[in-house]
Amino acid sequence: MSTLVRISDDSLAKACGAEELVCAFEKVGCTVERRSSWGMAWLEPLVEIDGVGFGPATTEDVAAILDGTNDKSIGPIVKHPFIAAQQRLTFARAGKTDPLSLNDYEASGGWAGLARAQEIGGEQIIEEVIQSGLRGRGGAGFPAGIKWRTVAEAQGAPKFIVCNADEGDSGTFADRMLMEGDPFALIEGMAIAGLAIGAKKGFVYLRSEYPDAIAKMEKAIDLTKAKISPFEIELRIGAGSYVCGEETSLLNSLEGKRGEVRAKPPLPAIEGLFGKPTVVNNVLTLAAVSHILVKGGAALYDSLGSGRSKGTMPIQLAGNIKHGGLFEAPFGITLRQLVYDVGGGTASGRPVKAVQVGGPLGAYIHPDQFDIPFDYEAYAAADSLTGHGGVVVFDDTVDMGAMARFAFEFCTVESCGKCTPCRIGSVRGVEIVDRIRAGGREPDRLELAPQMHNTTKEHRDQAQQIQLLDDLCEVLRDGSLCALGGFTPYPVLSAIKHWPEDFGIEAAEGANGL
Amino acid sequence: MDKAQRIEEISATHGTGQDKLLPILHDVNREFGCIDPEAERIVAAALNLTRAEVHGVVSFYHDFRSEPDPRPEVQICRAEACKARGVEQMMQGANEAAGERVRLKPVYCLGLCATGPNARVGDQLHSRLDEASLKQLIERS
Repeated sequence: MSTLVRISDDSLAKACGAEELVCAFEKVGCTVERRSSWGMAWLEPLVEIDGVGFGPATTEDVAAILDGTNDKSIGPIVKHPFIAAQQRLTFARAGKTDPLSLNDYEASGGWAGLARAQEIGGEQIIEEVIQSGLRGRGGAGFPAGIKWRTVAEAQGAPKFIVCNADEGDSGTFADRMLMEGDPFALIEGMAIAGLAIGAKKGFVYLRSEYPDAIAKMEKAIDLTKAKISPFEIELRIGAGSYVCGEETSLLNSLEGKRGEVRAKPPLPAIEGLFGKPTVVNNVLTLAAVSHILVKGGAALYDSLGSGRSKGTMPIQLAGNIKHGGLFEAPFGITLRQLVYDVGGGTASGRPVKAVQVGGPLGAYIHPDQFDIPFDYEAYAAADSLTGHGGVVVFDDTVDMGAMARFAFEFCTVESCGKCTPCRIGSVRGVEIVDRIRAGGREPDRLELAPQMHNTTKEHRDQAQQIQLLDDLCEVLRDGSLCALGGFTPYPVLSAIKHWPEDFGIEAAEGANGL
Repeated sequence: MDKAQRIEEISATHGTGQDKLLPILHDVNREFGCIDPEAERIVAAALNLTRAEVHGVVSFYHDFRSEPDPRPEVQICRAEACKARGVEQMMQGANEAAGERVRLKPVYCLGLCATGPNARVGDQLHSRLDEASLKQLIERS
C-alpha cells in the first residue's frame, strides 16, 4: 500500500510551494490527501504522515522524509507546543478535515448546531447566543445575540443575513483560513442566524484579494444548497476597497453603489441592506455560532475568556515573528505570552521594537505594555483595539516615523471620501508628519506675500507641528463617520508617544499630552 | 459578436437591479481588461442607471480600470505585515526589474501575513519572497 501523505491546500501553503510538493510525492507513488491548514505558517508547506509533521518541506526533502532521514520532523503535530497550547473551537477542524468533504464535516460534529437550532426555534437560538456572551469578531465587539434580537424584533421584510468576509486588515487571515479550511462551518452559522431572525437570504461579501477562498466558498455554497434550504446564500465579490469592510459601506457595495459609509443611525439592524433589517456579522462570529448552538456549547463559551470578553479568539500572529500563524485561545492571554512564548520572538532574531494589534487602525504597542491581556475592554482602556485579532510584530530596524506616515497615507488611499476629516485630514496628516520629521517648516511663498496680513512670517518649530498633529487627530477621532478616519490617530499617536526619537523629537521635549 | 453585444450579454446573464452592478463590472473588467466609457454606457442602459452612476462605481474601486493596459500586472503587498518583513527594501529592485514592461500594483494585504513579503500574479499567490525571487517573478510575468 502506498504511503498516505497529507498536505494543506490553504493558499498560504500553496504560495509557499505546496503544489510542487504534492506532485513530487505523487511521482514517487504516494497517495496525497489535501487538508485544511493547521495554522503553523512558518512550517508550511507542512507534510503529515501518520500524524507526524515535517516542515517547511521542499521537493528536495521528499526522499528523505519517506526514508525517515529528514531532519525537518516536528514530531506528532497534535503534541507540538503551538497546537497543544491552544483551545480551538472555531478552528477545531483545522488541519484535520478535507475542507470540501461533507462526510468529514458531518463526522466531526458538523450540522449538529443547525439541527438543534431547527428544534429550539428562533427565540431560543437568540437566547443561547446572548447567554454564550459571543461578541462581534470583526473588531467592534458588539454582543451578537443583542444584534440578532434587534433585527428579529425590527419591522420590515424580507430580512437579510450579511457575512462580512472583507478581511482587509493587514496581519489578519483567520477569515481566509476559515473559508478555505472549514467553509461549511460558516454556512451553518449563517443558516442558524437565518432561522434566528427569520431571514431566507444571506450574502457573503468576500474580498477579491482572496482567490482561493472565493473558489472554496463557491463550491461549498453549491454543495450545501439542499441542506440549508429554504435559506439561500449568495456570494458577492469585493473590488479592492478596504473601507468596504466597514458594515455600512459594505451594504452600499452590495447594493451596487460606491462603497461610501452611511451615517448611523439608522443602524443596519433596523435599516440595512435594501433598507431592510439586516444582521451584519464577521466570518468568525457566524462560524462560532455553529458550535455555540451545539448542546452545552453556549455554557462552554461563557465559561471561557476574561471579564466581558467571552469565549475564544482566533489570534493571528504575523509580521516579523518566528512562529507565525493562527493561535486560538480564550481571551485574557497577554501580548508577552503571544509574542515571546508562542511566537518565539522575531523571525529576524533582532529585539522586538513594536507590535501593532488590530490591523492598520490599531495602536503600536511598546514592549513595556506587553502585559496587557487580550480583552476588548483592556485594549480600549489602553487607547488601542483588539480589532480582528491581528498581531503584527516589528523588530528594531523599523522606523516608526515612517509607519505613522504610512497610517495616514493608507487612509488617503482608502478613504471613501464621504466625510471631510478622513478625506482631507489624512492628506494633511501625511504633510504634518513630514514636517515634524523635518524639524518644523519655513513659511511658504503664499504666506510671505504682503497681502497675507494674518499669516505667520516666522519659522514654525517642531513643537507647533506636534500640537497641530494632536489637534488634527482629535478632529479625525471625533469627527469621522467610521473607524477608518476615527481610528487612524491610534497608530499615529502611539508611534509618536513611544518612539519620539523616530520623528527626530528630542526626548526632553517629548510628545507631551499625546 | 462585437464588444457591445458581448457586454449586453454579460449584463443579461446577471439580471436586472442595481445590486448586480458589481458582478457585471467584474466580468466586463476581466474580459476586456478595463471598463471604458462605452462599456459604462451599455451597462448603465442594461440596469436602467445613468452613466454617471456607473462611472462613479467604476472609479471608486481599485480593481476596476477605465483604460486598457495590456502590460502584465504583479501585485505586491505593501501593508504593515509585509513591511515588517522587509518589502520596502525590495521595492527598488522590483521597480528596476519591472521597468516599463510590467505594471507593479501595490495591494494592501493578501492574507499571508506570517510569511511575507507576498505577491500575486493572476490568481497565483507567492509568499516568502526575497529580493531575488521577487525580481525573478516580475521578469517571468
